[in-house]
Amino acid sequence: MSELAEPTVDPADWTCPAPLRDQPVVVMGHGGGGALSAELIEQVFAPAYGNATLAALTDSAVLDLGGARLAFSTDSYVVRPLFFPGGGLGDLAVNGTVNDLAMSGARPAYLSAAFVLEEGVELAVVEKVARAMGAAAEAAGVVVATGDTKVVESGHGDGVYVTTSGVGLVPAGVDIRPQRARPGDVVIVSGPIGLHGVAVMSVREGLEFGVEIASDTAPLADLVAAMLAVTPDIHVLRDPTRGGLGASLNEIARASGTGVRLSERSIPVPDAVANACGFLGLDPLYVANEGRLVAFVPPSAAEEVLAAMRAHPQGSGAAVIGECVAEHPGMVVVATGLGGTRVVDLPLGEQLPRIC
Amino acid sequence: MKYIDEFNDPDLARVLLDEIRAVTTRPWALMEVCGGQTHSIIRHGIDQLLPEEIELIHGPGCPVCVTPLDVIDKALEIAARPGVIFCSFGDMLRVPGTDRDLFRVKGEGGDVRVVYSPLDALELARRNPDREVVFFAIGFETTAPANAMAVHQARRLGLTNFSLLVSHVRVPPAIEAIMTAPACRVQGFLAAGHVCSVMGTAEYPELAERFGVPIVATGFEPLDILEGIRRAVRQLELGEHRVENAYPRAVREEGNPAAVRMIEEVFEVTDRNWRGIGPIPRSGWRLTEAFRDYDAEHRFDVTGIRTEEPAECRSGEVLQGLIKPTECPAFGTTCTPRTPLGATMVSSEGACAAYYLYRRMNAPAVQAGGAVPEEMNPVV
Amino acid sequence: MCLAVPGKVVAIDSTADPLTGMIDFGGVQKQACLDYVRDVKVGEYVIVHVGFALQRLDEESALASLKLFEELGLLEEEFGDAWEQAARDAGVAAVTEETRGGEVR
Repeated sequence: MSELAEPTVDPADWTCPAPLRDQPVVVMGHGGGGALSAELIEQVFAPAYGNATLAALTDSAVLDLGGARLAFSTDSYVVRPLFFPGGGLGDLAVNGTVNDLAMSGARPAYLSAAFVLEEGVELAVVEKVARAMGAAAEAAGVVVATGDTKVVESGHGDGVYVTTSGVGLVPAGVDIRPQRARPGDVVIVSGPIGLHGVAVMSVREGLEFGVEIASDTAPLADLVAAMLAVTPDIHVLRDPTRGGLGASLNEIARASGTGVRLSERSIPVPDAVANACGFLGLDPLYVANEGRLVAFVPPSAAEEVLAAMRAHPQGSGAAVIGECVAEHPGMVVVATGLGGTRVVDLPLGEQLPRIC
Repeated sequence: MKYIDEFNDPDLARVLLDEIRAVTTRPWALMEVCGGQTHSIIRHGIDQLLPEEIELIHGPGCPVCVTPLDVIDKALEIAARPGVIFCSFGDMLRVPGTDRDLFRVKGEGGDVRVVYSPLDALELARRNPDREVVFFAIGFETTAPANAMAVHQARRLGLTNFSLLVSHVRVPPAIEAIMTAPACRVQGFLAAGHVCSVMGTAEYPELAERFGVPIVATGFEPLDILEGIRRAVRQLELGEHRVENAYPRAVREEGNPAAVRMIEEVFEVTDRNWRGIGPIPRSGWRLTEAFRDYDAEHRFDVTGIRTEEPAECRSGEVLQGLIKPTECPAFGTTCTPRTPLGATMVSSEGACAAYYLYRRMNAPAVQAGGAVPEEMNPVV
Repeated sequence: MCLAVPGKVVAIDSTADPLTGMIDFGGVQKQACLDYVRDVKVGEYVIVHVGFALQRLDEESALASLKLFEELGLLEEEFGDAWEQAARDAGVAAVTEETRGGEVR
């Protein structure tokens, strides 16, 4: 057997590990909502489609169409398992697109639904997803107006994939986009974070919860309307899905050239989320949400907006978690419970359980 | 008693910080050996709260960071083979080998799976008798009892399609290697509490005596870390160098004898390479002759893979506390978290990645490729 | 190394080999191998790493640590500075104000 190995560092024969961006294949991280996703968009899609509307990189595009301001968004839904505590693929497919529209301040009106089905999937499963979509659409006040179905061979899909697109009208005087964050803005989150991600993980990782942990999937358009009734001058809205609150705040900081400063103690993290993250080695700030939003609101309106959110069922757990600052532009910094600080960077890809 | 919240109390943290300030009269360099402690220090911003005389050097106790390049290349080679299910702890997937990482192998069709426990990999082997299931058995003394149990059970169950790619490392030889480096600046150690939970503290008095350094077994919550620092500094100020246990709720002098017995049944001490540092005598474990059938290196005949590490990367010196990350010429230029040369830049708690983030925060005008400040600014 | 977290043993399956139990981490429950802490009882806390309980947590020691921290706080309130007390405890001469480089609070 090998004895003590020779020293391996030889300056004459240096090789550099390939940087991830030069990878010739798609890796899971490209869909994780972090830095790899952003690079895919910036380096592949944006140059290919090149136009100012896409370049804004908002959750939904706002288009001038025949005098109306139309919000338009599309999203594909791939989730395993298809059903999880608190919801399933069908709920996500409706609420996700409804929420992307709402993050422009729009009132969502119509959705399309395109199914990619894998050969061999039980029809009962498809029916369950479709029924969930119908119920979610009714709850959100939108109409599924058109659709499509394709089938792929067994082994070439994950059961059911759904793509939904949606349109809605943006009220006059409303201009909500990440570029509008300003130093002084108050950062408000609409409720406890991390529930959706942990609910899905609980099924994947075989966790059991003494208390019910259910996905927070919910439509947010009505909550947004309640906020806009206080003031149309809400600067930024974002629903922190993949990549969690950490990714959303980084995107806002980078788009607006401002810094974000959070107070760790103010961020609502349910105990079960904190504990599940604790032993998997995950950071709740990067765990996905499906029924939460984060808002940047001018300080003069913050108190009233917060009150309006708390009066709404989807915002009853709303809390001020920090502020937008001029310092450290493009970065998100958290004041820790002990009084130190740490930087919350844009995650690279999806979060992985740690042992270290 | 929940054993977490109580040891996060901000008021008691202030008491300990005041204590540390009160006993500190001059600069001291302490090394926290364990990556989990580094994580906690950064997560809570503890380093910024300490008096400026106290420097914490982030040690080599991250099994992901120190797994040598050639072992990762072996993992990539095995994981890419048809018929193999390659199982790993999540944080290993992103560590670059010579020309790719496990994510890329997965992207190219390899069956790579993240597991929480080695027993999950064993279960996969039981359920997939027609597939070869390989577990990437990295880790320090803390993880060794789990990996040892997986092999022990595989043999008991007669599973012939299960094997381990072993890259186990041990803490005491690493402390010895750090202390014998010519330019060593480390004056005291926070020993890794969970390693001590398994192994006990009997190996440390000889090291403390020989190198004249305090060694304090330290836990992972903020109060634990502050108490470890307080005790180490107090010893240093008094000119002492003893082994202390600042984590008595989880560390007994004798460790966990049942776990140690299992380790000794399955593993034997061997020399091992540490990424960035090089070979350290007797610093690892490998499967004993009796369990050699479960050694993936032999089963897949990858023992011949040898890889050179990038010389430009000075992560070994960073891990030993010989230089600060900013003193490496590659730092922030050819080496960034996005394009890491060494593992200290890969892991978000790696010393280089942590420095990179804080540099960006304090000098936002300086982009990668620009000038590197001599020293990190204190964080406000 | 070694993300390990404390949890409470809520059930033990004595028929399992290796010995297995259900551990509660503040409302989140997961199975863990108890083979290295075979004498553990339901209600006791253990430290768990990659699905294995590695050590029982000793409540008495935990309480003693917390009590020590609290006493340090009281000492500080009383004397304003615990260093001299610490130095006396250790049997060395008290360090005078002038020799200190560090910040004094």
